[in-house]
Amino acid sequence: MENLTVGAAAEWIRSVILLILGNELLTDVVMKFVGLGACIGVILTAAIVLTYAERKVCAFMQVRLGPNRVGGRFGLLQPIADMLKLMSKEDIIPDGCDRIVWALSPMLLFVPSALIYGLFPFDEGVVFADVNVGVFLLLAISSQSVLPFLMGGYASNSKYAFIGGMRTVAQMLSYEAPMVFSLLGVVMITGSMRMTDIVAAQAENVWFVLLQPIAFIIFIISATAETNRTPFDLVEDESEIVAGPFAEYSGMRWALFFLAEYANLLSISILTTTFFLGGWHGPFLPGVFWFWMKVLFMVFVFMWFRWTFPRTRIDQMLSFSWKVLLPLALVNMMFTGIGVYVWRSMM
Amino acid sequence: MAGTETYTLNMGPQHPSTHGVLRVQLELDGENILSAKPIMGYLHRGIEKLLESRTYVQGVPYTDRLDYVSSMNNNFGFCRAVEELAGIEVPERAEYIRVIVAELNRIASHLVFIGSLAIDLGASTGMLYTFRDREEILDLFNLVCGARMTFHYIRVGGVNRDVQPEFIEKTYKFLEHVPVFMEEYKKILLGNEIFMSRLKGISKMSKETALSHNMTGPNIRATGIPYDIRKVDGYSVYPRFDFNVVTGKNGDNWDRFNVRYNEIFESAKIVRQALDGLPEGPFMAKVPKVLRPPKGEVFSRTEGTRGELGFYIVSDGSTKPYRVHIRRPSFVNMQGLNDMCRGYLIGDSVAAFSAIDPLMGEVDC
Repeated sequence: MENLTVGAAAEWIRSVILLILGNELLTDVVMKFVGLGACIGVILTAAIVLTYAERKVCAFMQVRLGPNRVGGRFGLLQPIADMLKLMSKEDIIPDGCDRIVWALSPMLLFVPSALIYGLFPFDEGVVFADVNVGVFLLLAISSQSVLPFLMGGYASNSKYAFIGGMRTVAQMLSYEAPMVFSLLGVVMITGSMRMTDIVAAQAENVWFVLLQPIAFIIFIISATAETNRTPFDLVEDESEIVAGPFAEYSGMRWALFFLAEYANLLSISILTTTFFLGGWHGPFLPGVFWFWMKVLFMVFVFMWFRWTFPRTRIDQMLSFSWKVLLPLALVNMMFTGIGVYVWRSMM
Repeated sequence: MAGTETYTLNMGPQHPSTHGVLRVQLELDGENILSAKPIMGYLHRGIEKLLESRTYVQGVPYTDRLDYVSSMNNNFGFCRAVEELAGIEVPERAEYIRVIVAELNRIASHLVFIGSLAIDLGASTGMLYTFRDREEILDLFNLVCGARMTFHYIRVGGVNRDVQPEFIEKTYKFLEHVPVFMEEYKKILLGNEIFMSRLKGISKMSKETALSHNMTGPNIRATGIPYDIRKVDGYSVYPRFDFNVVTGKNGDNWDRFNVRYNEIFESAKIVRQALDGLPEGPFMAKVPKVLRPPKGEVFSRTEGTRGELGFYIVSDGSTKPYRVHIRRPSFVNMQGLNDMCRGYLIGDSVAAFSAIDPLMGEVDC
């Protein structure tokens, strides 16, 4: 069983490289690149698997069949076909756009989405960078994704895109706050910002979803808003502003937005699993199985939201964040503080 | 100096939620709408003129293309006008069949309304559900006339062919199914907090404003005026059936939605009564091969799905109408768009288009 885990695989790869290079330091450098490759690999695989999953889940909820032509009865090759289509599309550059800013936007959006994968603990000891301010760094990086949306919206020379870009700023800034405060409860209980410590604390006691149910709900809601998914997908909002900042992009540039969207979807699922659902811990099976089972369950939950809820309006969404979620998160933090204090003094 | 400016946003004619080729010029201050100006004519096909260049009987299929989501009601309206002009007495069985198919088509059209409103508010699943159930009605029409969209079933003097026992049986089965799927919509749409908050209190319109815009159909009933031609005029065999005119209270989008939602039940009630009382007899009156109505003019109105559907026909005694004018409810209801959008947000404008429920085929004619 031990040999099945990712950690064991990494050990094996390391031993092979060490055998070839024969130098400890060089091997460590190479191993970093291997880890980087693994992170990128996770994102790309996720994009392929999740596009297919989204289409099938959506079809399931909408009493349809979903992809069923390319690659057999279940349309298993549909993501490949989609990818080929996107790659072979014409790269349309709108007239009057700010060329450099416009071209940078999709690339920059992908950076923060991919960067935070370095912080995720996938299994016991399987984490690219186990930083002691993990939670803080994570929030700092993920909040950078506001700017590329604004850049894309601003540079496209289109009113729809511009409205979408403006909405992004309002939305992401207002949901950042409750998200941070909901995570603070977890950090207060653990007493550490290191992601692996948070998971370990849940293994010792109980999953934080039981200790922090309100924070869990606030986190899920604000995470949905952060990733621009229904009911908070006001940024792309196809029925009002067509596709918002993405409206003027085509082909591979659009695909990068798409890739970032699915990378974000997976990362919020991983975050929920790490902070509230006990990370890789679980009985009998190796950690990596538990981890991905929980993550995929959360992915399904987010897809479930998307295909059953209508979209909120911009004013409702903002007032919900500032008037409901934020006070609730603060109250939750206060009670957590009292609880932690009482618990510590009792011990 | 940094100041703010208003700007114009052209929504449509290529836009996912303008129901075809409607173009709305929104004057915006940030997200707030200052004015909304509908610009029409992108789907103009000159149907009135086409009707004038064909004989009366040849004109019927053109009316299919007016409001292509409820073609039966258009056929019904036009045929009634021609019959009134030519003095044709329609057999009772034909009238019953007409009412059955017209009301079934009303249900189908309201299902499209629910679905398109849902998808405009971002709930695409709701739309798929309504279209799934609309399919049953289309299958019924397929049985009765072989077409799914442009039926050309109601003809001058009666209907194209008699209904089969299979149709009656399947229609009963469909009526059984109506409360089931309506309950499903209740779960996925009506009971949803977000859905409610997107519609309640939005695009409010008083009785007076609605009247001054000459709005009809569900749009005026939502403001609380029980104006339904089926009751007011009592044309065809409608007075024989027991049904209520559904009205709203506040004239907001929520009422507009609910009026149509509940009208589905009323229409189902009418269909059931009509099926129960379907008399035997001919399904077509004796209509001369070449129809030459006497000189004169007629204005005949029926309750279309979207409001008062009127046909004004002037005859000069020849085989073709001298002048045809169609009072299209979608077009007239559109006049209220500015009042429904002004002062609300961009997101509400989409809900407002949907709540008026315009069909561009009918708006542009």
